[in-house]
Order: sequence, then C-alpha cells, then structure tokens
Amino acid sequence: MEATEIKYQKYLPKDYKSENAVRWCPGCGDYAILTCLHKAMAELNIEPHKTAVISGIGCSSRLPYYMNTYGFHSIHGRAAAIATGVKVANPDLSVWVATGDGDSLAIGGNHFIHAVRRNIDINVILFNNKIYGLTKGQYSPTSARGFISKSSPYGTVEDPFRPAELTFGARGTFFARAIDVDMKNQVEVMVEAARHKGTSVIEVLQNCVIFNDGIHNKISDRTWKADNTVVLRHGEKMIFGKDNEKGLVLDGWNIKAVTIGEDGYTLDDILVHDATAKDSTLQLKLALMDTTDGLPVALGVIRNVDAPTYERDYEQQIEEVQQRTPKKSFTEFLLSSPNVWEVK
Amino acid sequence: MPTNSVITDIQQVTIRFSGDSGDGMQLSGTLFSTLSAIFGNEIATFPDFPAEIRAPQGSLQGVSGFQVRIGAKDVFNSGDKTDVLVAMNPAALKVNAQYLKRGSIVLYDTDSFQKKDLDKALYTTQDPFSELKLEHVQPVGVAITSLTKASLEGSGLDNKDMLRCKNMFALGIVCWLFNRPLEIADQLLQQKFAKKPLLVQANIKAMSDGYNYGNNIHLTASTYRIEPIEGTKGFYTDVNGNTATAYGLIAAAEKAGVQLFLGSYPITPATDILQELAKRKDFGVKALQMEDEIAGITSSIGASFAGCLAATSTSGPGLALKSEALGLAVMAELPLVVIDVQRSGPSTGMPTKSEQTDLNQALYGRNGESPLVVLAAASPTDCFESAFEASKIALEHMTPVILLTDGYIANGSSAWKIPNMEEYPAIKPPYVDKYYKGDATKWRPFVRDEETLVRYWGVPGTTGFMHRIGGLEKDKLTGIISSNPENHQYMVDTRRNKIEKIADFIPEQKVVGDTNADTLIVGWGGTYGHLLEAMIRIQATGKKVAFTHFRHISPLPKNTHNILVKYKKVIVAEQNEGQFAAYLNGKFGDLNNIRQFNRVEGQPFKVSELVEEFTKMMEAE
Repeated sequence: MEATEIKYQKYLPKDYKSENAVRWCPGCGDYAILTCLHKAMAELNIEPHKTAVISGIGCSSRLPYYMNTYGFHSIHGRAAAIATGVKVANPDLSVWVATGDGDSLAIGGNHFIHAVRRNIDINVILFNNKIYGLTKGQYSPTSARGFISKSSPYGTVEDPFRPAELTFGARGTFFARAIDVDMKNQVEVMVEAARHKGTSVIEVLQNCVIFNDGIHNKISDRTWKADNTVVLRHGEKMIFGKDNEKGLVLDGWNIKAVTIGEDGYTLDDILVHDATAKDSTLQLKLALMDTTDGLPVALGVIRNVDAPTYERDYEQQIEEVQQRTPKKSFTEFLLSSPNVWEVK
Repeated sequence: MPTNSVITDIQQVTIRFSGDSGDGMQLSGTLFSTLSAIFGNEIATFPDFPAEIRAPQGSLQGVSGFQVRIGAKDVFNSGDKTDVLVAMNPAALKVNAQYLKRGSIVLYDTDSFQKKDLDKALYTTQDPFSELKLEHVQPVGVAITSLTKASLEGSGLDNKDMLRCKNMFALGIVCWLFNRPLEIADQLLQQKFAKKPLLVQANIKAMSDGYNYGNNIHLTASTYRIEPIEGTKGFYTDVNGNTATAYGLIAAAEKAGVQLFLGSYPITPATDILQELAKRKDFGVKALQMEDEIAGITSSIGASFAGCLAATSTSGPGLALKSEALGLAVMAELPLVVIDVQRSGPSTGMPTKSEQTDLNQALYGRNGESPLVVLAAASPTDCFESAFEASKIALEHMTPVILLTDGYIANGSSAWKIPNMEEYPAIKPPYVDKYYKGDATKWRPFVRDEETLVRYWGVPGTTGFMHRIGGLEKDKLTGIISSNPENHQYMVDTRRNKIEKIADFIPEQKVVGDTNADTLIVGWGGTYGHLLEAMIRIQATGKKVAFTHFRHISPLPKNTHNILVKYKKVIVAEQNEGQFAAYLNGKFGDLNNIRQFNRVEGQPFKVSELVEEFTKMMEAE
C-alpha cells in the first residue's frame, strides 16, 4: 500500500468526506462548518490517515462521522481530554475537536480550560449557537441573561460565559471567531488555527435553525453585517463598514468606533491589529466588542501567540532523560536498581 | 556481631514502629524491612497511617505505624499481633496496646512519656502500662530523645533536625535486637539522603549509637536471630504493590512493543502508581497528571484510540467518576487498563485504610449492559503479574480491564524475585493492517475475528483504514450509527460473548490444601496471604481443608463451577459484606453450600480470627 501512495499528493475537499449521510436539520449552520473544514484541510494538504477528529456530545459532535479521517465521537464534555490523550500519544497526528457551547463550556468546562492552559496542539472548533439543540431547546452557558427557553420559561437569571474571555483567562495562545455563513473567513481562520502550534480555539457563531433561529442575525445578516462586524487581520488596520469607511481607535482605556474623515479622525489614527502581542489586554477588549456598546463584533484571528506546546515539551523531556540514561531492557533496569540481592 | 549472652533463633517475628505521623516511623519501618529482605529474610509489610498529614502532636488520631513481619520462610502476610512495638509516645502505646502479644517487648521513649504527653493521649493516670492492663509485656524504656541529642552534639544540625533523627536511634536499637548488620542500613541511608551528606552522617551516627547503646547496656535479656531463607536462586529486590503494578504495565508495553500511557489524578492510596510511572521517562512512559479523574480515564481512552497501551490508576471514588468513560471504552471496544486500589468507603470513607468493597462497582458500575474484564491481585508481588496479564488481555481482546488491588497490598511490600521477561508470553494486539485478511476497502470497525469475537485495531496514522467509532451503538457490518433492534441485541450479546470467551485464554482455577476435604475456603484479591496462613494453621490442628483464591473474576475460570460444587461447605471470605459470594451465587444458580465470612473494618484480616471462625463454621452442622 505504501508503495502506490503518491508522496506529495494534493488532496481535494471531497477526499475528507466520509461515506456517511449527513443528518443535521435542513438549514443548520453545521453544514457550512463541515464544508469549510473539508476546504481548510484540503488547503492545508493534511493527510486524512494522519488526522483525528474528536468530539463530545451534541449536534456539533456528530461531525467526525462525516469526515473521511480517523474519528471518535465520545461522551459529553470530554473531547478536549480525549484529544489530549490522542495528541500526546502521537504528536504527528493533526488533531481536531468539534464541540458545542454546552459540551465544552458547561459539562466539559474543566477539560476545555485545562487543554487551553496546557497549550496542547489541538484545534478546537466551538460551535456556539447559544442553545442546547439535541435535547430540544434549553438555555446554554452562552445564552444571554434573561433568555427564555424551555428550561428558563421566565428568562435566565445568570450571566453567560464569553468563550474568548474564558480562553484568555485560561492563558490561551490562539483565539479566532467566524460566522457559519461567512465561509471565506471561516476557512481562513481554520487554516490559521491548524498552523498555530498550541491549542487553537475557533468560535463559530452558528445558527440553530430549529431552536434558536436568528440568534446571530445582527451580525450574520447581510443587511447589517458590514457595519456590525470587523474582520481582524494581523498587521492590518481595523477597518469595517460597507465602504470601509469606519475604523477602531483607542479612546483612553476603551476602544471607540469612528468614521474616517469625521471628527478629525484620519486613517492614520486607526489601530493596527497585532495578534501576536503576548499581552492579551487589547486583544481581549477586541474579542469582547459587542453591538450593544456600539462596537462591531470582531471576527478573524484575534490572538495568535507562540508558546511551548505540551506534547512537544513532553517528548523533549523523554529524549533528555533517555540521552542521560543508557538504554536498558526492563529486566536489566530491575537488576540495576538499588536494593538488589542474590540468593545463591 | 554483638557479644550478647543469649541469641535466640526464631522463625518469624512481627515488629511495629509507631509514633506521631511526623516521627519518621514509615522510614524506620521501610529501612528495617528492606535491610531484612537484603539480609535474606522473607518480609511482609503493612504501613498503617492516618489520612491527616500532621494531626496534633501526641494525639491518638495522629499515630502512624509501620508493621513488618520477617521470617526465615512462609511469611504470607504482615502478621496479626506484634512481638516488638516501638512506641515513640504514649498515644502510640495506647493505639497499639490491643495488638501486643503476651511477653512482647515494648521499646518506648521515656522522654516523651511525661505528664503532658500522657495528657495529650488522654491517659487518666501516670502509669500508662498499668492503665492499659499491659502487665504481660516487657516495657523497655530508653531516653531516646535525649540520647539522640547527645549523639548528634556538634554534628552541625540544629535542634529540630537533631530531634528528627530519633527514629534512627530507635531503628539502631531494633537492629541490635534482631542482629541486623548495620552496613546495609548505612548504604540505604546513603541512597535515601544522597543529596544531603550532613543528614546521611547524622542518621548513620544516630542509628549506630542506638545499636551500640542496646549492645552496651544489654537492654534486653536476649536478642533474636532469624536465619536467611534458602529460596529459589536468583536476584531479588523488595517491592510494594503500587510499584509492582507500575512495573507490570511497563513490562507489558515493552513486550507488546507499544507506547505506555497513563492518564491519572492523585488519589490515596493509588498515587504512587502515577508517581512511579512519571519517573520512568527512561522507558519513554507518558504519564499525565490530568485535571480530574474523568480526564484521567478519557485522556487514556484517547491514547488507546491512538495506539497506546493506555492505563488509568485510581481508587474507589475515582472509579465512580470514571464510570461513564469506562462505558465508552466498552462500547468503542478499545484496550484500557483501569487500576482501582481499593480503600474504605463509601464516599471518602477511610482513605488510608484497605477494603474489598469495590467489587460490585467494578463488575456492575456502569449504565447499560456493559461487560468487561475484572482481575484482582493477591499480594504486592502479584500486582506485577496481574498488571502484566491485565495489559495482555486488554490489548489482545480489545477491552477495558479493571485490575483491583487494595491499600494493604499497594503499600505493603515483600521480597520479589526479579522476573526474566523472556519467560513471559508475547502480547499481540490485533492490528488491522497486520491480521485482517479480507479486502481492506470493505473493512469496517466492528468486523471481528470469528473465533475470539475481537474487532481489529485500526490505529490512526495507518493508511487506508480511516474509520469512526464512538459511544453510539453501531451497525455490526457497516459500523454506521444504528438503533435497529436486532442489531442492538446482536451487539449486546456479542460484547458479552467476547468477554466470556476470554475464559479460553486464562488458566484454570487451582485448589490448594486437602482437595478431598469437606470445606473449601474461597478468597480473592489482597487477602491471599491471610487466608493461606489460616488454611495451613487449620491443617496443623489435624483438620482437612482446601483453599482456592481467585485472580480472574470476570470472566471466571472455566472450571470454577466444578470446583465449587465438590465441597459440602464453601466459605467465601472477603473484606466486604459478601459481594463475591453474591456474584458466585448469581453466576451459578445451583449453589447451596456458600457460607460467608465478612469483615469491613478497614484493617487486614487477623489470621487468628480466621482460624477460629472457619473452624466453627466447619464444625457447625
């Protein structure tokens, strides 16, 4: 089999599609995410047999079945921990996690923050639809305060997690955001995420057509998208609006949206995005921008910082120890340990 | 050798070092047992310590003990009662008073038997021995604290560090009492404090002065000599159960030619396994301290999916947290070794005390019909054999295996003949690219070997065998999600049959003692040493009795039923309320001979009690 394989074969998106019929609801945002992942993998030219896609439970977590890679659809909330095991076991694999807001921020919150903290080299695609879809419509840890759902008929009395804030709080090295319908940006951030060494968190604002339809409309609908979102690219100015007429500037400690050429602001005043800054203060402010504050929601790669990865450092430690210690069989090891005596 | 007037030769002796949890009794005990093993005695140890790291000084709840039984031969357990007690304070004397044999020596520190010390241990008089009705023992008072200080005068240690050496002074006296050569102890101390030469010198000095003190003033009328064993030739070391378990995994991974992975979370009394494997980077072991018990097992499941010999180590409460993930490993049919070092429960229970109360949890503690393999180790050294076998079964039969050990054998140690791994069987995981003979394009994850019903292992990275597995039921042929009723019944049956077929690959159950007796003693797991000795002692009274001890619990050896029905009385003895007895009754509906002996005290069985109770049961109609 090895002999017939072409070494630098270029893969096409279809090479990552499995034989399984896709069974999400018609119109679900997950279809777009799946298509983008196929495209991103083709662009990265990742070998399907060296790719593992791990998921937990929920609508998002059915994704591995639709991939022609190695896949593991596991149990609720545990995908990040399972992926950690996969990646440490074999650092040569490209490891992806498909998860939802309930899966990774409620039941799996602990594994999520610890994977991020360890900076294990996995790519987490977090489908955020702010609802529990597979159990038919309960509020999630990302639902807004006051959100009415089947399990909060009078509205919730709790504040949501903001995935970026949680990622930054866990010392995350990569955070990006995309909207399910914006395939171009989505493929772009997936490719960047895969190239980043360490835990990459991609929050995809995904629409649940059945239980939370239109939850992201303010930013995903064409009518408002240009004014209500800004796509951040490292080294580029933070410009947005239908005619790229708007930009972001610093106003004291805060970010302010301005119109270029008005109130004395020129293009030179507009902030340039630095995704690689180790200090995440400004990146966090950008990630938390919201239309309710008169600011556009940030899309694209917001943070992308180099840092040691867990699995590589682990391998390196093993190498160092093995270089210091002569190689022994297990029996030889025991014979050379302290407290050995011979009965003659 | 000292010039004692009398040296008495004896077969076996049980010694307990006891004091505050900060007094270094575990170290004295470990050193004494190790040097006795190196000297050539059989040993069995029982560290018995509180869960608190430092309870109030001198208090009853702060007493920490290390019991060691040494002998020329047939040391099957750490002993019921002690021949020698080292009591560093009145609390230690009080806690251990009930375990003293008639005529036993109590070496105590007179400096710490003052009024304030007696008060802390809640004595009501100034005469602790009379108050505890210990007229039958030989108290030997030594001013251990002040002698240690005098010994280390000018050593360069501060007062606090000097006092910490009093455990070594006491050890020196015990070494004199048992004619132990101090050279071995010197070497052990040099290893122990390799990076602190000042401490090495001080400890050696205190120990040697303790030895000389005993010798010079003829502290007791006689000292004891226990001859070295004439055992099987070869190289030996001493090992505790947790280390042996870790070694069993390393040996199995080497045999199978796979990476060893451990995902774990610290929990008493299993943490040593994580710590030992974390040290073994020389063998390339990947041992991860994860964020919780669930991440411990799920990272292991991930590693197993990726082709490792994957294990997770825990104790009862941790196993409870791992239940759901264990079900995933059953469903996905992945190899996994789960080590449960049992401790007293329920809930947090008594973390440092031992029990056999997790059997039901291991067998049944999951949702759905969720069969897996359960093994139980019999002794500290058997932990090695059991961990090796657990790994072999997991890898070759693509199943999770729960290995039950317990706090007693995990912390206890005994002499161990270093195994020659060439004599151990090969381990051959059913890799799909190596063993699947059909058309690769038609292979699906639940295609099975017809004989063993084991599915093939498609390890990520292997070209041409990409597939998806998970916790949802799958179609037996296509491997696609299925809720078809006939398919589910088929898969439920097949998962069970796969485990039952493992009985074809394990040895038959053996019976020792009088196989033609009326009574069979049945045990499993860490009670082996006590039950074996009980059988031998009953035989010594002229009665016939047989004994069988189970390592393989699920599946049971094929001849189990044949054995059980042969005897008029089958006494199932276990440290729970009858979980194995109920399991046997449930497996074999026709047994009417099962009797139970159960103790759930968090302490090892007492052989004397076993002999008495078994004899009564044998004599009863």
